[in-house]
Amino acid sequence: MATATPNPKVNYIGLPITDYRGGKSTLCAGCGHNAISERIIDAMFEMGVEPERVIKMSGIGCSSKSPAYFMNRSHSFNSVHGRMPSVTTGAVLANHSNMALGVSGDGDTASIGIGQFVHLMRRNLPMIYIIEDNGVYGLTKGQFSATADIGSKLKTGVINDLPAIDTCALAIQLGATFVGRSFSGDKKQLLTMLKAAIAHKGTVMLDVISPCVTFNDHEGSTKSYKFMQEYDEPINEVGFIPSFQEIDVDYDSGQVYDVQMHDGSNLRLRKLREDYDPTDKANAVRTLMEAHENNEVLTGVFYINTQQPTFIDLLNLVDEPLATLPESLTRPPKSALGALMTNLQ
Amino acid sequence: MATGDLALGQEQGQSSARQRVVNDFSIIVATVNGSGSQSANSVLLKSIFGMGVPVSGKNLFPSNIAGLPTWYTIRASKDGYVARRRDCAVLVALNPETARQDVLNLPVGGVAIYEENLNLKQYRDDIVAYPVPFDKLTASICPEAKLRKLVKNMVYVGVVAQLLSIDLTVVEKGLRKQFAKKQKVFDLNFGAVKAGFDYAQQNFTKQDPYFIEPMKATAGKIIIDGNAACGMGAVFAGVTVVAWYPITPSTSLVEATTDLLKKLRVTPDGKATFAVVQAEDELAAIGMVLGAGWAGARSMTATSGPGISLMAEFSGLGYFAELPGVIFDVQRSGPSTGMPTRTSQADILSTAFLSHGDTKHVLLLPGNVKECFEFGCEAFDLTERLQTPVFVLTDLDLGMNNWMSDPFTYPERPLDRGKVLTAEDLERLGGFARYRDVDGDGIGWRTLPGTKHPKAAYFTRGSGHNDAAGYTEKPDEYQAVMDRLARKFENARALVPAPVAVKNGSSKVGFLAYGTTDFAMRESMDEIKKGYGRDVDYMRIRAYPFAQEIHDFIASHERVYVVEQDRDAQLASLLKLDLPAEQATKLRSILHYNGLPIDARSITEEFATKEGL
Repeated sequence: MATATPNPKVNYIGLPITDYRGGKSTLCAGCGHNAISERIIDAMFEMGVEPERVIKMSGIGCSSKSPAYFMNRSHSFNSVHGRMPSVTTGAVLANHSNMALGVSGDGDTASIGIGQFVHLMRRNLPMIYIIEDNGVYGLTKGQFSATADIGSKLKTGVINDLPAIDTCALAIQLGATFVGRSFSGDKKQLLTMLKAAIAHKGTVMLDVISPCVTFNDHEGSTKSYKFMQEYDEPINEVGFIPSFQEIDVDYDSGQVYDVQMHDGSNLRLRKLREDYDPTDKANAVRTLMEAHENNEVLTGVFYINTQQPTFIDLLNLVDEPLATLPESLTRPPKSALGALMTNLQ
Repeated sequence: MATGDLALGQEQGQSSARQRVVNDFSIIVATVNGSGSQSANSVLLKSIFGMGVPVSGKNLFPSNIAGLPTWYTIRASKDGYVARRRDCAVLVALNPETARQDVLNLPVGGVAIYEENLNLKQYRDDIVAYPVPFDKLTASICPEAKLRKLVKNMVYVGVVAQLLSIDLTVVEKGLRKQFAKKQKVFDLNFGAVKAGFDYAQQNFTKQDPYFIEPMKATAGKIIIDGNAACGMGAVFAGVTVVAWYPITPSTSLVEATTDLLKKLRVTPDGKATFAVVQAEDELAAIGMVLGAGWAGARSMTATSGPGISLMAEFSGLGYFAELPGVIFDVQRSGPSTGMPTRTSQADILSTAFLSHGDTKHVLLLPGNVKECFEFGCEAFDLTERLQTPVFVLTDLDLGMNNWMSDPFTYPERPLDRGKVLTAEDLERLGGFARYRDVDGDGIGWRTLPGTKHPKAAYFTRGSGHNDAAGYTEKPDEYQAVMDRLARKFENARALVPAPVAVKNGSSKVGFLAYGTTDFAMRESMDEIKKGYGRDVDYMRIRAYPFAQEIHDFIASHERVYVVEQDRDAQLASLLKLDLPAEQATKLRSILHYNGLPIDARSITEEFATKEGL
């Protein structure tokens, strides 16, 4: 893409893409998660995010290892299973000038971590929450997770007879303000959605179908490359113009849905379904429920709300990070203790 | 109340049949919870305090919103003893459900003040009875029926004040303070006090020997509960992130903290320099605390036993990834749900090793409200200095009851934010290894997320790591980290609050105790001296890991009694793990674990039995 700088090798804050790279991946070759890491690198680079401002947060599992494979110049926290939301909440409260990027998996989110996940969504904490969703537990060798579709088949032949949790429908209902689904194999859609996510103020929840080549990429799986290539059904075509780039697209009302992002960027959702309104919560949830019945895997931006106050707004925090406030602002003066003591006498 | 106490409740009555008993007895008020008796109890307590008499109050309440029996005991003690006393000489019986048993519990010569239609005199002819028409009196001064339940309590304050010779102007002063800005409420309540006072004056002739007489022992003192004191400590430590989940008996700690933050920590333009989050559970609460600590905030949570259990996994992460955070544990009776409104010290062992693997934690053990404030403050310095979670263990007795104290002293020492590298430091050093022991104290240097330097970042993980924070499964690298953590913990011995040698003379017998056991322990030492002519030494433990002074104290005594409020001798067990074998055999235990705060006589009697006195 075009950038504001004359040198095409650096982004608009003057950094080369190598400054966004991470360590060598230890995940399986062909793992969807590696492609997602690549798109995160591209998106952060293209958006000109300072790597030092980013905190990479994760829980436990293959997905949660991946923050080691991108953005080495960012602090990272690989916490405990299913608890990334609380650790991230604390870290963001401590310093809301950082940008939190959480990477979780379907087990980490929809099973052990569902409690923290739902409460995180309610708070609209400013952060990007990515589920690298492959429907199985990889590190423990291929058990179903709670996002596995009913009727999908394990390598061993076991059929899943429980309904899938739709994390997007949940997130929309609970209060996340930017919710979408993508596919690790769809470079363009995923990259565009990530860039828009970076521009959003509030909780972004992206469920990214990310096939597990070792345990869930076979015939009968609904989270395989083949299945996604066949049944991926974008609900809109996602376009994004960052704030530092001039908008020169022509308006084509009726066909597109333009969203002015908090930082001045523009998110353009070209309608692929008649009259799909990404600001209508109830309709978004209904559409997702119907897609399940029709065995479709909808992708795209399902819901966006740029007006909702974030958790930081609700807490009415000072602009400076709490972590580095000077003692003069955090320790009340001697006279304050004196007054309290007098009152207790 | 506990009927088991009845048999032991005779000492006071026998000695007091004819003699005046001045400033040395307990009052018990029996009501139902949810009846608003708390403010009346508090006014009575503060009135005795206002008379200059050392006083302590304890609320024995049910785990219930409204309608179940609750008792409040007030101990006046000219000698300054503030522990629970097993016998209560003066009963105010306002709960018909328990009145019969309450009056049966009185010692011979005790006093019963009660709603006249309860006719408690029928159960005892060896007590002094003062029947009062509470309902009638209340109706006459409070036309609004819905307020009567609350006002009725103030009537008893007036009756008690008159009978015990508590100065009415002192009561008035206390009430005025309590209802500072609400003249109407004050008028109504003081009217009720006066109605009770006048009724007693006109209808009773003093027949009992119990009196409150003015002293000067409370001048300059304050009254506060331990939870409020802990919260105050945290606020004066500059806490910025509080995440919690409501649980008895720690809830009021966070509420007090929040109130103070709202009062003292809002900028002129109305912004908050703090964040308080009521989390979805204790797992999330500690997760937020550690996330905030990692990112550089001073963070805390408060909980009790069940919450501590839920925090186990994260506590291990905090230990291994070396994250700061303060956890207040206001202990209650376990196991499991246990008795949520009863006290205990039974969390110490599981908290010391909370989580799987080789995990151990720093524990601070305040023994009074002043230390709640001081340790509540110091815990934040220690957690950032040591880069490990710090637990402050109090209990329900200390946390939820009112205690007299000297005023708290302002912490003059600047905050110790620990070892943190700035961008300038990194520029000068050319980089850093997060877990490298460059200073030889077992503590590495950290950077905060957001530090604007390309070499600031590191990878925090609960998985095996080397000193550069890289993932490892290499035996030597893993073991090096584990050994350094052990060294760091060893060095903490000298950094945590030192024990207090209350008495360290030439006795062959020593006592060790911590927390609220101290109140009863001090009284018991006097009882042992008075009753058996024996001098004993006593050291109060104030932190784990144990300081060298504790080892020395044990080494210099033949026998050491460890007094604690749990069944399994947890403190003694923790000590034994720390001691050489020949020292460990010196320890003997005196244990108290019925949910009520420990009292001096329990210690004295057990000691006498064990010593064959």
